[in-house]
Amino acid sequence: MTTNTAIHVQGLEKSYGKVAVLHGVDFDVARGSIFALLGSNGAGKTTIVKILSTLLKADTGTASVNGFDAATQAADVRQSISLTGQFAAVDEILSGRENLILVAQLRHLKSPGTIADELLTRFALTDAATRRVSTYSGGMRRRLDIAMSLIGNPPVIFLDEPTTGLDPQGRLEVWDAVKALAQGGTTVLLTTQYLDEAEQLADQIAILHGGRIIVNGTLAELKALLPAAKVEYVEKQPTLEDVFLAIVGDTGIEGTAGDSAGTDRTGTDD
Amino acid sequence: MTTHFFGDTAVLTGRSLKHVTRSLDTIMTTALTPIAMMLLFVYVLGGAIKAGPGPYVTYLLPGILLITIASGIAYTAYRLFLDLQGGIFERFNSMPIARSSVLWAHVLTSLVANLISLVVVVLVALVMGFRSSAGLLSWLAVAGILVLFILALTWLAVIPGLTAKTIDGASAFSYPLIFLPFVSSAFVPTATMPGPVRWFAENQPVTSIVNAIRALLTEQPIGSDIWVALGWCVGILVVAYVFAMITYRRKIS
Repeated sequence: MTTNTAIHVQGLEKSYGKVAVLHGVDFDVARGSIFALLGSNGAGKTTIVKILSTLLKADTGTASVNGFDAATQAADVRQSISLTGQFAAVDEILSGRENLILVAQLRHLKSPGTIADELLTRFALTDAATRRVSTYSGGMRRRLDIAMSLIGNPPVIFLDEPTTGLDPQGRLEVWDAVKALAQGGTTVLLTTQYLDEAEQLADQIAILHGGRIIVNGTLAELKALLPAAKVEYVEKQPTLEDVFLAIVGDTGIEGTAGDSAGTDRTGTDD
Repeated sequence: MTTHFFGDTAVLTGRSLKHVTRSLDTIMTTALTPIAMMLLFVYVLGGAIKAGPGPYVTYLLPGILLITIASGIAYTAYRLFLDLQGGIFERFNSMPIARSSVLWAHVLTSLVANLISLVVVVLVALVMGFRSSAGLLSWLAVAGILVLFILALTWLAVIPGLTAKTIDGASAFSYPLIFLPFVSSAFVPTATMPGPVRWFAENQPVTSIVNAIRALLTEQPIGSDIWVALGWCVGILVVAYVFAMITYRRKIS
């Protein structure tokens, strides 16, 4: 089981004082897949992520990551994971490059400068590398945040609401980055409140509601639960997002020279 | 894990020192209030204060140094609070690093930032006529007391830094600390104060620390003041450290 399961959660319960948030959560995430935890605000998604990333202890139940128990083998779990929290956890006063070097040094890697430069190129941040992060746009900050999580190639990555607060372009940039991760064999657990995000990215989707996982399956399986599909003929109107992206152009990445932006993005996953 | 403690602490200290060097205004603000107070007391009020032989600025400086530290550690709480708010604290704690390094980095940064502020204040005092014939050993002893005092108040500042709900709450605790030197021998000799005030002034930590530093700088006999001063510093340091660590463990588990 441990060979194919990257994350194993069973009977997880957690209360804050008298407020019970998790009432027995069970799920497994297959190695190398993208697993989306879907739920409304306050459903307990962040609580699950914090327990899995050893920031919180569960009241009862087991949570294991990469074969290590989150409660008793916390140090091994931390060696196996990377966490990108709900708010871009970057250092505003340092430059983008310094942020990456900082994480590389804390992971005790050799030649942190080279690692930083590679990631800056991969995430189209080279031109902004020496600027303070406080001058970055929301999308750039998120990209840097995710780049920081990739340092040291942890086999499991947690992304807690990675696109909350981003504009449509920023969202697409993050989606591309997440897809590239899974293609590289990394297991990704992401939480989101956006249904289309789960639909776009996830191999497996679980819906957290009332402190329990009420549905868990592939997109096709979830769709099969609903009333059977009906065939209707509807004129396809462009959505406002289509209009916006068509006008603005969805390849432009802020802070980079126009000539290299498009090729950089498509070249990330090969 | 602990094998990386020193390396991780060094890396994280380097990071928060950049916060200090890239916002030098925090050091200036820290030094500005004590300098303004020193100007006020020496050039406005000082003429009417009888505080022994020698220029008044020499009498005043030890107390001003303690006020500098008391206002400097407010920034320690502030920086720690911002790390917790921003989420970078959680990023560090989910990484395979020695967890206490995160706190020690802030403590060491506080030490460096406060020492820089102290040097600035001493330089201004020199311009204002402060002179000391004390030898190297006495100066080292003064530096030692000040370092202990910085560490004691820094660990105290860690507690509101970890627990505050707002940015104002994180630094408000330092106001009473800044006020404490006024009811001590820092500005005037305690002998002029009425009974209960005098009793408080003579038995609170600032007076013994101020007296010990003053005696060292003016080459007077130190007496028991230095032991009382060291007792207070070490006592506050140990108690604050224990409570800060309890607060930290509660925060990260």
